[in-house]
Amino acid sequence: MKKFSWQAGVLTAIVIPTLALSACTSQGGRDPDAGKAELGGKVADTPEIKVAMITHAGPGDTFWDIVRKGAEEAAAKDNVDLLYTSDPEGGRQAQLVQQAVDQGVDGIVVTLAKPDALKDALKKASDAGIPIVSINSGADVSAEVGAFTHFGSDEALAGAAVGAELAADGSTHPICVIHEQGNVALEARCEGVKSKVPGSEIVYVTGTDMTQVSSTVTAKLQAASDVDAIIGLGAPFTQTILKAVEALDLQDEVKVASFDLNGELAQNIIDGKVQFTVDQQPWLQGYGSVDALWEASRGGFQIGGGQPVLTGPAIVDESNAESVLQFAKDGIR
Amino acid sequence: MAILVDVPTLDERVGRRSVAQNLLGRPEVGALVGAIVLFVFFSAAAPVFLQPNSFATVLYGSSTFGIMAVAVSLLMIGGEFDLSAGVAVISSALTASLFSWYFSMNLWVGVGLALIVSLLIGFVNGWILMKTKLPSFIVTLATFLMLTGLNLALTRLIGGSVATPSIASMDGFQSARAVFANSFTIGGMDLKSPILIWIVLVVIASWLLLRTKIGNWIFAVGGDENAARAVGVPVRATKIGLFMGVGFCGWVLGMHNLFAFDSVQSGEGIGNEFLYIIAAVIGGCLLTGGYGSAIGGAIGAFIFGMANKGIVYAEWNPDWFKFFLGLMLLLATIVNLIVKRRAELK
Repeated sequence: MKKFSWQAGVLTAIVIPTLALSACTSQGGRDPDAGKAELGGKVADTPEIKVAMITHAGPGDTFWDIVRKGAEEAAAKDNVDLLYTSDPEGGRQAQLVQQAVDQGVDGIVVTLAKPDALKDALKKASDAGIPIVSINSGADVSAEVGAFTHFGSDEALAGAAVGAELAADGSTHPICVIHEQGNVALEARCEGVKSKVPGSEIVYVTGTDMTQVSSTVTAKLQAASDVDAIIGLGAPFTQTILKAVEALDLQDEVKVASFDLNGELAQNIIDGKVQFTVDQQPWLQGYGSVDALWEASRGGFQIGGGQPVLTGPAIVDESNAESVLQFAKDGIR
Repeated sequence: MAILVDVPTLDERVGRRSVAQNLLGRPEVGALVGAIVLFVFFSAAAPVFLQPNSFATVLYGSSTFGIMAVAVSLLMIGGEFDLSAGVAVISSALTASLFSWYFSMNLWVGVGLALIVSLLIGFVNGWILMKTKLPSFIVTLATFLMLTGLNLALTRLIGGSVATPSIASMDGFQSARAVFANSFTIGGMDLKSPILIWIVLVVIASWLLLRTKIGNWIFAVGGDENAARAVGVPVRATKIGLFMGVGFCGWVLGMHNLFAFDSVQSGEGIGNEFLYIIAAVIGGCLLTGGYGSAIGGAIGAFIFGMANKGIVYAEWNPDWFKFFLGLMLLLATIVNLIVKRRAELK
């Protein structure tokens, strides 16, 4: 029995994943029709165009699901064939842009978290006459790399909005929890907070590992007793932070605030566990960018007049959380 | 009884083998078969794949793994791992960029310093390994963590931000870019310089491995360190040299990253070390050392690059990307094993 049969090995390698796949699709616990968006109206009768959306999303970030949903809804309505790809590393994201150019797409939507890495590839896209729209981060370099408009929220502005809210609540020593060391946009948010509350402090956690987020935040709260607020920079991280605060029984002393939004966070705001969140309305970034490219192909339109189109910041607190809860649960807020 | 003695039996070790047997016995042949299968597959699945410019993109993507895979293959033949290889690339780029920027010097000074730093990282890895006799897995895991921390801490300390300031306007940028991040057109293909650097490195490494004394030393220390020492192979120098080779390749790739993109993000490179090891393993290097080839590592990187880019050209839903990548790697290595076993049985 020492000899391993390779025929059987290959068969297993093919059969098991296939079985796993079929198991996934046929035995899901959810009504398969429940997630399908009800799209009213009819699809545009313009010829089909191909749009590549290339983001710097890391795997498993809920934020990008929302962007993608917006993009898919616009694509369905505008008769657009949407090709979504992403890579968190700048150089490889540039290669994805290059690939989109190779494929001869009719438009490119790109995030500019690492503009230096992307500018050569985007130059090739411009030279090939492919219209570019940038989304999310990078409003300041958008025009420079050849995008005709930008859909996004100003991170520093959003941070300042959070800082102003906290300052109005009398906070002097908030903690800003950065879940991805080295991310320029997240740093900008915390700097925005600091501009309004000078006593704010940054803590770095490993966002890819929630147990690390929890333990680091716990350690920080135990060490610094005068902390009066803590800010998560993404909805899933705020949930973890909230649990850490509650486990330490500090919910009366430490206020929790957040950036971005999801269903659970909206519920927590309604319940008063989280004070507020600043939503940059990612769905609009996905929808708007694909729609803008369709408009460009439809009649050469260029929305935004060479300026960024702001999709936020929109503050969600207990006054309006009820109204966005349903949409957050649907995964579009 | 005497009759048996008289029959001239050839020892199988010195017997002649057929050309086919020789060919099939090479470490990289399984990977080559896998690469051909994958190439044919993607050519059929995605017509764009065969366009010259698309193919150049595939080659470029492969070269950014392949440059490192060359040195990592040699290191693995020598019986060691280097988990710090991924972040060491970024360390090198950060060194060149931040040093030149902070002291307002010609970029070539930074490039030279980065080479010294990269070789030093390799030397320290190898030296600690030989001094402590700890497994290289542990030693380089420690340097991996230390470099990750140093990259971020020093970048913020010196540059004030998590990414280095742009160096595009500094002296020496154009000439360094012409060396490390140029692009030129050959036969309708828009080739980038890392592809050529990669090929040159593979040729040098293959020559070193198969035609020189050093190559024999590398195989010997990977096969059995004590036996190698007993027959007079300079084990310490060989292993330290192999780690410095990884440092050198890290410097080459780091310089490409820097001059292609002007600015470097301090947090990048993490996780890439496994991709280099994967490329070497697909290419026929044994995890236990003593067996493998430089060209195999190159083919492994090419397989990885094809799978990586081919999935995009085939316009498959990227949610499945990692799964297909894993499946393809698995199948490639299985093909590799089957071919090798068949060859050994004959």
